[in-house]
Amino acid sequence: MRPIQSIETKIISPPKLYFSVLFATHLLDIMSPKCVLVTGESRMCLLYRQGMNLFSVLGSEHGLLAAARLAALVYFGQRFPEGLGGWDVDEPPRELHGLVLKPTLGMSLFGWKFGKKKFKEEERQLQANNRDFNLQFQYASNSIKTSKYNVFTFLPLNLFEQFQRIANAYFLFLLILQLIPEISSLAWFTTVVPLVLVLAVSGIKDAIDDFNRHRSDNHVNNRPVQVLINSRLKEDKWMNVQVGDIIKLENNNFVTADLLLLSSSEPHSLTYIETAELDGETNLKVKQALTVTAEMGEDLQKLSDFKGEVKCEAPNNKLDKFMGTLTVHGEKYALDNEKMLLRGCTIRNTEWCFGLVIFAGPDTKLMQNSGKTTFKRTSIDRLMNFLVLLIFAFLALMCFILAIGNGIWEHDKGYYFQVYLPWAEGVNAAAYSGFLMFWSYVIILNTVVPISLYVSVEIIRLGNSFYIDWDRKMYYPLKDTPAQARTTTLNEELGQIKYIFSDKTGTLTQNIMAFNKCSINGKSYGDVYDLMGNRIEVTEETEKVDFSYNPLADPKFAFHDHSLVEAVKLNDAPTHSFFRLLSLCHTVMPEEKVEGQLVYQAQSPDEGALVTAARNFGFVFRARTPETITVVEMGETKTYQLLAILDFNNVRKRMSVIVRSPEGNLTLYCKGADTILYELLHPSCGDLKEETTEHLNEFAGEGLRTLVVAFKNLEEKYFEDWIKRHHQASTVLEGREEKLSKLYEEIEKDLMLLGATAIEDKLQDGVPQTIETLSKAHIKLWVLTGDKQETAVNIGYSCNLLYDDMADIFIIEGSTSSDVLTELRDARKKMKPESFSESDEANVQFEKKTKKSCILPEEQANGVYGLIINGHSLAYALEGNLEQELVRTACMCKVVICCRVTPLQKAQVVELVKKYKKAVTLAIGDGANDVSMIKTAHIGVGISGQEGMQAVLSSDFSFAQFRYLQRLLLVHGRWSYIRMCKFLRYFFYKNFAFTLVHFWYGFFSGFSAQTVYDEWFITLYNLIYTSLPVLGMSLFDQDVDDGWSMQFPQLYTPGQQNLYFNKVEFIKCMLHGVYSSLILFFVPYGAMYDTMRSDGKAVADYQSFALMAQTCLLIVVSVQIGLDTAYWTAVNQFFIWGSLAVYFAITFTMYSDGAYLIFTASFPFVG
Amino acid sequence: MTSKSREDAQHPPSRCPDNSAFKQQKLSAWQPELTPASVLSGFILIGVFCLTMGVCLILSARSVKEVQINYSDKCLNCSKLRENSSNWNTECLCSADFKLEEKIQGDVFMYYGLQNFYQNHRRYVMSRSNAQLLGRNTDIRNSNCAPFSTYRNGTPMAPCGAIANSMFNDTISLFYYTNLSTAIQVPLLKTGNSWWTDKYVKFHNPTSHNLTSAFAGTARPPYWQKPAYLLDEENERNNGYINDDFIIWMRVSAFHTFRNLHRRLSRTKQFADGLPAGNYTFRIFYNFPVSRFKGKKYLILSTVVWCGGSSLFLGIAYMVSGAVVMLAGFIITAIHLKLKKRKTYFQR
Repeated sequence: MRPIQSIETKIISPPKLYFSVLFATHLLDIMSPKCVLVTGESRMCLLYRQGMNLFSVLGSEHGLLAAARLAALVYFGQRFPEGLGGWDVDEPPRELHGLVLKPTLGMSLFGWKFGKKKFKEEERQLQANNRDFNLQFQYASNSIKTSKYNVFTFLPLNLFEQFQRIANAYFLFLLILQLIPEISSLAWFTTVVPLVLVLAVSGIKDAIDDFNRHRSDNHVNNRPVQVLINSRLKEDKWMNVQVGDIIKLENNNFVTADLLLLSSSEPHSLTYIETAELDGETNLKVKQALTVTAEMGEDLQKLSDFKGEVKCEAPNNKLDKFMGTLTVHGEKYALDNEKMLLRGCTIRNTEWCFGLVIFAGPDTKLMQNSGKTTFKRTSIDRLMNFLVLLIFAFLALMCFILAIGNGIWEHDKGYYFQVYLPWAEGVNAAAYSGFLMFWSYVIILNTVVPISLYVSVEIIRLGNSFYIDWDRKMYYPLKDTPAQARTTTLNEELGQIKYIFSDKTGTLTQNIMAFNKCSINGKSYGDVYDLMGNRIEVTEETEKVDFSYNPLADPKFAFHDHSLVEAVKLNDAPTHSFFRLLSLCHTVMPEEKVEGQLVYQAQSPDEGALVTAARNFGFVFRARTPETITVVEMGETKTYQLLAILDFNNVRKRMSVIVRSPEGNLTLYCKGADTILYELLHPSCGDLKEETTEHLNEFAGEGLRTLVVAFKNLEEKYFEDWIKRHHQASTVLEGREEKLSKLYEEIEKDLMLLGATAIEDKLQDGVPQTIETLSKAHIKLWVLTGDKQETAVNIGYSCNLLYDDMADIFIIEGSTSSDVLTELRDARKKMKPESFSESDEANVQFEKKTKKSCILPEEQANGVYGLIINGHSLAYALEGNLEQELVRTACMCKVVICCRVTPLQKAQVVELVKKYKKAVTLAIGDGANDVSMIKTAHIGVGISGQEGMQAVLSSDFSFAQFRYLQRLLLVHGRWSYIRMCKFLRYFFYKNFAFTLVHFWYGFFSGFSAQTVYDEWFITLYNLIYTSLPVLGMSLFDQDVDDGWSMQFPQLYTPGQQNLYFNKVEFIKCMLHGVYSSLILFFVPYGAMYDTMRSDGKAVADYQSFALMAQTCLLIVVSVQIGLDTAYWTAVNQFFIWGSLAVYFAITFTMYSDGAYLIFTASFPFVG
Repeated sequence: MTSKSREDAQHPPSRCPDNSAFKQQKLSAWQPELTPASVLSGFILIGVFCLTMGVCLILSARSVKEVQINYSDKCLNCSKLRENSSNWNTECLCSADFKLEEKIQGDVFMYYGLQNFYQNHRRYVMSRSNAQLLGRNTDIRNSNCAPFSTYRNGTPMAPCGAIANSMFNDTISLFYYTNLSTAIQVPLLKTGNSWWTDKYVKFHNPTSHNLTSAFAGTARPPYWQKPAYLLDEENERNNGYINDDFIIWMRVSAFHTFRNLHRRLSRTKQFADGLPAGNYTFRIFYNFPVSRFKGKKYLILSTVVWCGGSSLFLGIAYMVSGAVVMLAGFIITAIHLKLKKRKTYFQR
């Protein structure tokens, strides 16, 4: 047991490339290969299924939470794809102190056998082209096995797994009870038939899944690959590849195993790869081999003589990290992730490349990330579990009453009735008989606990999820993206959302960045003025700047301020350095398929926008090699030597490059967040700093995203010393990251300010309308953004979140704990003065609640208020004693905007509301920085936008545009919720009505556990006679159509208050069921008592009574479903009438002479 | 929108969901519209229907003539005698007189009724072997007949089980006093009283050249006075398992108080129109003990109508529900009329 901090340093350090946060979460698992125990009790596992981008976290609620927190934590070490917009990261998250990570023992529990190693590998050692040497370590070969079963183990293993489910176990328990002859009150088939059916269905599903896994395993294992054996390339199967082999890959090949790149066809031995299968990102990434190996090229002789020895870390699942050394001819070279080709990637734009197998098969990072899936739970799930327990108690009570009744009856009457019916063998006292009867009644009345409930609920949710996938109105034609329900277990919760937490960039806005304004050397550009000197609103018609002088310009780029072009043309020095910086300081990859047509592959849209701007103003970034950057400056091609890239990460919030110009000048160019960069400036920039700050505020006020750029000329001598130390630092195995970041800090100081950039991010279509609709549905929207306060407020106004009619907008920006408290209290005083009096309801609850629950009551403000809270204030507000103040104040406001928040704070805010409010939360976002929040909220929605797939991959629902959210909630969510509630109400009702008849009959049959219906009816009632109509209703019912749902958002509110299914509703439908069962028993009883048929024969025999009672029951429940159904499609009609028809058909068949003669024992009823 | 749809037509988007009514949740459907008029008229109509049904049922049930005699009370000495099982071999004859003030016209049925006899007890209901009753040669030790399956020496009981063992075995005959001293026996039919399927499907005698040999190797149930093949010596087709009295007894009742059809009036001679008014007497060979468990025995003579016997329950149930529905209908109408003018609109 170690505190998290130590693990943090061990596993989580800033990776160089950004991958999905989810993967980062997975990375934590490396403590044990597949599984990690968080806080000792909840197990998390993660799945990456080959060929499908399917990830989830397994575990209890608590586990999920921890996962989200950890994800956030890991995320700190990651580069933000949001660009350099910047966040306030001041300290490690406090909340994590309490978490303890503990590795679990193996994975045998889940049947995954990757980590079959007998010993724990500490370090991997291997030699190229030396199988004998490598064999002694018993490294795994490249064949993989993801299947769980084989032909022989399928049945026992699968059954074992299935009986771990509580419902199946319950059925098994009943079955065992039924096998005890003294207790058995129902024939064995009443339990066996449903159980076998349920088991068979899931078994078949599992079998098909596993069969597919076998097939894909086989397919993958048998892929061909060229292996270098004895100086010859031999075609072999993937599974035969061994660690230490050298293999050749060609363009568009899948990477066979985790390889060390040796050489490639491209200049500088670059290799381009696509990682779509790993993390869903489709942009190309580049890898580069060491020069020492690159020299070998495709000379097979040299390659097979290559005797390099690799020492590296043991197999793990950190996708973005690799550490090792290569020893060639006694010299050591550092290896890192830049030189690794991971299994699962695809080679692109590279004719061929050679690689040395480092990890194979189950040891590869891809396979190490495998795990298992599971789901979040909805509040109805929890309620259902509670109700099932309640019903169990009710069942026990009924059985107890009947058992007592039996005891009394046997004592009073049964004892004397022994003349005709002696007591069963072994029974010698009434009390013992009563005891046995208790269990007999457990069997008979087991149908009050409807086992098919869970199966049906899953089917309904699945169906309603499909509707989301199928909805054309949530399909975005421009990107060909339909909405997607990635989780099929949360639908009805969509109808209960009270709080939405939304990201801004890419969620409310398009995340298509346009270079809009800039400030260079104290002069602001970008605004258009008319002749009188007044600013004109820029519209579509405004004349654009003509870039025709530049043949390489991007025609799509638009800029309106001519003065900037003039400044460029006039060779204004600061302007030139400004754009030179933009064209040099970035990580964009150029692609020039046709001469002169450049396409930039940017990992963040901001960078792309900046490089494109520089390109249009005449500083065209043309080509990049690992050592050079080629820029066409005002028509003149210049090649800069790229000496160092000082990477971006979230703590640094800046990136720099050090280049040597063709003239020989050494320069460091840096761009980053203003807060950070301002502290690194040379004191001489004081005035310029002030002017630029003014401009920055102006830009932010217009909702633009800003960056500050600066440069520094370096001295040759100092630099030489620095680069040497840099080289040393980057080849050490331990503490590499820390040493590097220290070096970076050392050189990035005394910078000269150049100016600032402002990038515009337009609002998505329909955002203001959507927000208005949602607010009419009483859904509170909180915007959590990393942007500056001014930017955020501006966006808030433009998308209707904030408006002038609001009573007040509070701004919390205190920088001490007490300031924040005062500000929060003042705000609350204004909104609801009485909330400070002792007698206020909330305060009263406040006092009481110390015991257990910490749910705060709903409080109503006296007007419409907005709250804006700053990241650093939020950090204080999220501390223990201020939490409740924050929740009370914030939840009274209609709109809350949190700016400058870190991803972790996003998750914390969601967590806070989840903790203190009994409300369903939804988080929506598009970027990796939203992943933590998406995973924390009850429901996470991912927008598939510009920023890769991370958010989508960890979300529960995804679509392309924010405006689809209203349809998701108001239409799909509402329907799902109503359908689920109707289903549950009806389902409990029908089972109560069905089962309680037995209870009443007990009083008239000597409490002898005699059933009212015949056994086949009991078997088939839930399974066949009543399952389809209710499914039909819960898949097709609509109280009002989608148009009305959208027009009247108020219709959404009953769901938020959970009015359609709660404990009270449950009691109601239970009473309804009890009432029905009373009628259903006593009316046939009275009708048949002491009477006869019209032909004089007695009618009150058991068989006639059973038939009558069950027919009445079926008609009654069918009428009831008819009354509940509001939307009668043909399917509903078919199901209802069909079920009745099937009932009569089956009954007639079973009661026929033939069935009786063939199965005398099973069908005792005839007539 | 139009330009977009045209575009769609030209390049069908690969991932665009189908535009089917099912997938878009636009299936045409009947949405019953609940207007005050339809709901209220529904209430009233159902109420009227129930009330009419109730009246019809009650009227016809009241036209049923029924005579019911508790002979376990009347034959107290016999009851007492039977309480002691050692007297099982002693015959006890008992008669119960009654007088018909007016004649009973039409078909008359004679029932025996039992009270407090738990024929619906689970273990009782199970205690039979259907295969045996089908005349099959089965090993009844595997059936639920225990403890009435075999004797100690292994001889199987035929028929086995608690139901068969406890068969009602009072012998009852009805006499009509044509005058004060002479009584003639009322002709009663003992066949044709059971369900057709019971007689011809569920019950078969074991096949053999004669019935006695068919039952060879088996013994009568302990409480029976004679073996199964002697149940009706006069009528081959009413003997053994296919004896009507036996079949009727084997069809267990759903309640602990029940009546079974025992005999039908043979409408011949002076009984062609039914039972004439006058004095009657039941002569009963009292064999079936009930007093131990506080049971009662009845003899019932009854006619039937289209809706069965004399029970008023169904009629009353219809009346009550009809009245409730009507009342509810009226109350709702009143509320509706009162609130009709006050219209509320949904705020958009």
